[in-house]
Order: sequence, then structure tokens, then C-alpha cells
Amino acid sequence: MTDAKISVSNFDFYYGTAKVLHGINLDIPDRKVTALIGPSGCGKSTFIRSINRMNDIIPEARASGTILIDGQDVYGGSADVVELRRRVGMVFQKSNPFPKSIYDNVAYGLRIGGMRNKRQLDEIIERSLTRAALWHEVKDRLHASALALSGGQQQRLCIARALAVDPEVVLMDEPASALDPIATSKIEELIYELKDNYTIVIVTHNMQQAARVSDRTAFFMLGRVIEYAETNEIFMNPQEKMTEDYVTGRFG
Amino acid sequence: MTIPRHFDKDIDELKHLLLRMGAMVEDAMARSIKALLERDSALAEEVIANDDEIDRMEVLIDQKTIELIAKMQPAASDLRFVATIMKITPELERIADLAQDVCERAIELNREPLLRPLVSLPQLAYDAQAMVRDALNAFVRGDADLARRVITQDDNVDALTESSFRSLLTYMLEDARNISSAIRLTFIGKYFERMADGATNICEMVVYLVEGKMIKHTATIAAVK
Repeated sequence: MTDAKISVSNFDFYYGTAKVLHGINLDIPDRKVTALIGPSGCGKSTFIRSINRMNDIIPEARASGTILIDGQDVYGGSADVVELRRRVGMVFQKSNPFPKSIYDNVAYGLRIGGMRNKRQLDEIIERSLTRAALWHEVKDRLHASALALSGGQQQRLCIARALAVDPEVVLMDEPASALDPIATSKIEELIYELKDNYTIVIVTHNMQQAARVSDRTAFFMLGRVIEYAETNEIFMNPQEKMTEDYVTGRFG
Repeated sequence: MTIPRHFDKDIDELKHLLLRMGAMVEDAMARSIKALLERDSALAEEVIANDDEIDRMEVLIDQKTIELIAKMQPAASDLRFVATIMKITPELERIADLAQDVCERAIELNREPLLRPLVSLPQLAYDAQAMVRDALNAFVRGDADLARRVITQDDNVDALTESSFRSLLTYMLEDARNISSAIRLTFIGKYFERMADGATNICEMVVYLVEGKMIKHTATIAAVK
């Protein structure tokens, strides 16, 4: 793929002696949504967390092979992990706002980055909340606690927080699995909007969601990529028997 | 591990309904040919009367298919199966309508003096019938090769239609009193040719079902590109 934002080659991952990812090769296109699907324990979450090195904090975790973002190896000797995580934001299954105000949640990464200018902060916070489709719901109570928001709003707040530091890639690990259908469809609409500006990688157990939001889909099974293709192909005419069995619910 | 699916029962039921409709359509077609060749107006009337049942079958299959989409959100081969059923059902219904049209013309012909011989018309009818039968067999067996063979036979049916038309034109030129019957027979030739087209469309969907490839209009699309 010529416009790959993230280029993964021969990537293996181990927890201690257990090898959980086997020779992953995947080119993730720029400003598109790439969905990772597969049964529980297939390695898709480990894989997505490898992209911004969130697995580094797990003792005895080890990676080999390369993950290039814009041609730079994220596991290379000179890689700056803090800068990597600014460029590659992440949203988790369970929304995890800090026990602070809405404003302070979104400002958090910016302040850590050294930003003190109130007007600049205000501007970025409004923009981030707008992009996360939350601004109109919270603009009159920015200093209220984030924990008072509904589950769907909290998740959009976490997305706003991730967007505030101006990332290039947003990783989403089952971002809507704990939300009701209305909140889910808001997140899906948001993903659709965001792909104009961000490269999005989403892990989901909801296959209809993968079909709805993504441009490309990778099917993982037992730590391997079984099939990676245009989402239409995966859901209309997969080439691998295992993919077929999985997307038709014959396989668990 | 393969999980047994409730969904498979729905799919089987749908397949079963479509085959029942297919059998009804084949039967209507066979009887329309018999009514035409044996000048049997009573049989023709029967075929016309039975068409309502085929129409009801179409509605039933449509309902079941839409329900299945709503409830199961089919993917991959399930999705192709459902799409195929939705495209095949109206083709079958149209073939039955054409058999009914043959019967209407046959009744009219029986009120007129016999125009002999029917030239290539019987052959045309039998070939179209074989195509419809093979198209349904290709669907049942998921046999894309058979489907492709049926599609190639469509040119033969087109040629027979043309040849039948030319002979009938000669009769009309010979004697103006033949015109009325010859025109009805020209229509009938066209009806069988359209039934063969229906079989071709079914076969194109069978290839899609089995291989995921849309082969419909590929020649035309390639020519435009």
C-alpha cells in the first residue's frame, strides 16, 4: 500500500514465554478507519496496544519486528514514547475520565505539555469538544465534574481528551461496547467524521459496527492475521474459510 | 469449533420455498408448451388460473427474506444467499407470467385455423424449458459451472427466436389470412426467448452466490471501459 500511515512487518509479541502475536504484516492506510475483528483472545487488543507501546508497562512483555509510523520505527532505539503517545491517542472500552472537571480533563494533556495560556487552552478545548460532538451538550457546564456525564458523554469526553493533543492516529479498543444504541451510533457518527483528519484503528466485537464504520478490516485468529481486505470484501465475499465462518457466526 | 446456527433453519426454509416455487414455475411452463402444441384450451385455462398461487408464493418468499435480513443481518455467503433469493424470485414469477401469456395466445390461436408447421417454435420452447430447469438445478447444487453452461445456451435460443420469426414472416407474406396467427406465434416465440433470459439471470446470480462475482453485464461494462 502506497499511502500507509502505519506499516507493520513481521511483528511478534510475547508475554514472558507465551507468543501471542505471530508475524503480523499489516499496512494501515492514512485517514481511513481500519477495524480489527476476531474472537476473544485472538491478539487484536495486544496488537492495537503495541502501536503506541501501551504494552511496555506489562512486565516481561517483549516485541520483535517493526511497526513504522510515517516510516519511523516506534520500537527503534531513538523512539520517544511520550511523543509517540501524543501522536497516537487511545480510547478504551470503559470510559475513564479523570475525577476532575470536563474542562480539566480535556486540558490535561495540554498542561502536561506545558501549555499555560488560558485563551489558547480555551480555544483548543472548544475545538476538541466540538470535534468529539460534545461541545453543545457541555458548553454551559465546563467546570462541572466529568463523572456527572452519562456513559456515552464520558466516552466522547475521552475522545475529546485524546484529540486535544493533536494526534495523527487514534486507537479505539471497543469504544462503544459499554454504550446503549443511541450513544453507540453517536460514537460511530463521530468516527466517520474524524477520519477526514485522523487515521483510526478500532477493535470491535460488534461485526455490524466494523461493517458500518470501517474502510478496511483485519480478521485476527490465534495471534495471526487471517485475512485483511476492504471491509466490503470481508463482509460480502471473504476469501478465507475461517473469516467466512467467523463473520457468519459459525465459529467461536 | 463449528456452532450450530438457528439461522441455518431459516436459510433451509427459504431455499425450500424457492424450490417449491421453482417447481410450480417449471410445471406452468411445461403445461403451457403442451397446451400450445396440442391445442388444448382447457389446459391453458388451468395454467392461467394457477398463476395466482405462484404470485402468492413470491410474496411469501419476499416477506421471509426481509424478516431474515431484519433479524439476522446476514454476512458473507449468508448475505449472498439472501441477495440471490431476492433476485431469483421475481425472475421466476416473470417466467410464470410469460407461461400464462403463452396460454392466452394459445387460446386465441385455437379459435383460428391451424397454421402448420410451427417451424422452430417447439424447439425454442423445449430449449427455454431446459434452461430454466438447469438454472434451478444449478441453484440447488450451488453449481457455478452448470450456471455458466446455461448462460452460453442463451445465444442458441436467441437464434431460434429469430429463425422462427423469419419463417412466420414468410407465411404472412404468402397469405394475408395467416397474419393474425403468425403474429400470435411471433409473440409466443418472444415469450420463450424472455423465459430463457430469465434463466440466464438466475444463473448469473448462482455464480454470484457461489463465487461472489457479479458477471451480469460484464461484457457490456468492459466494452464501455
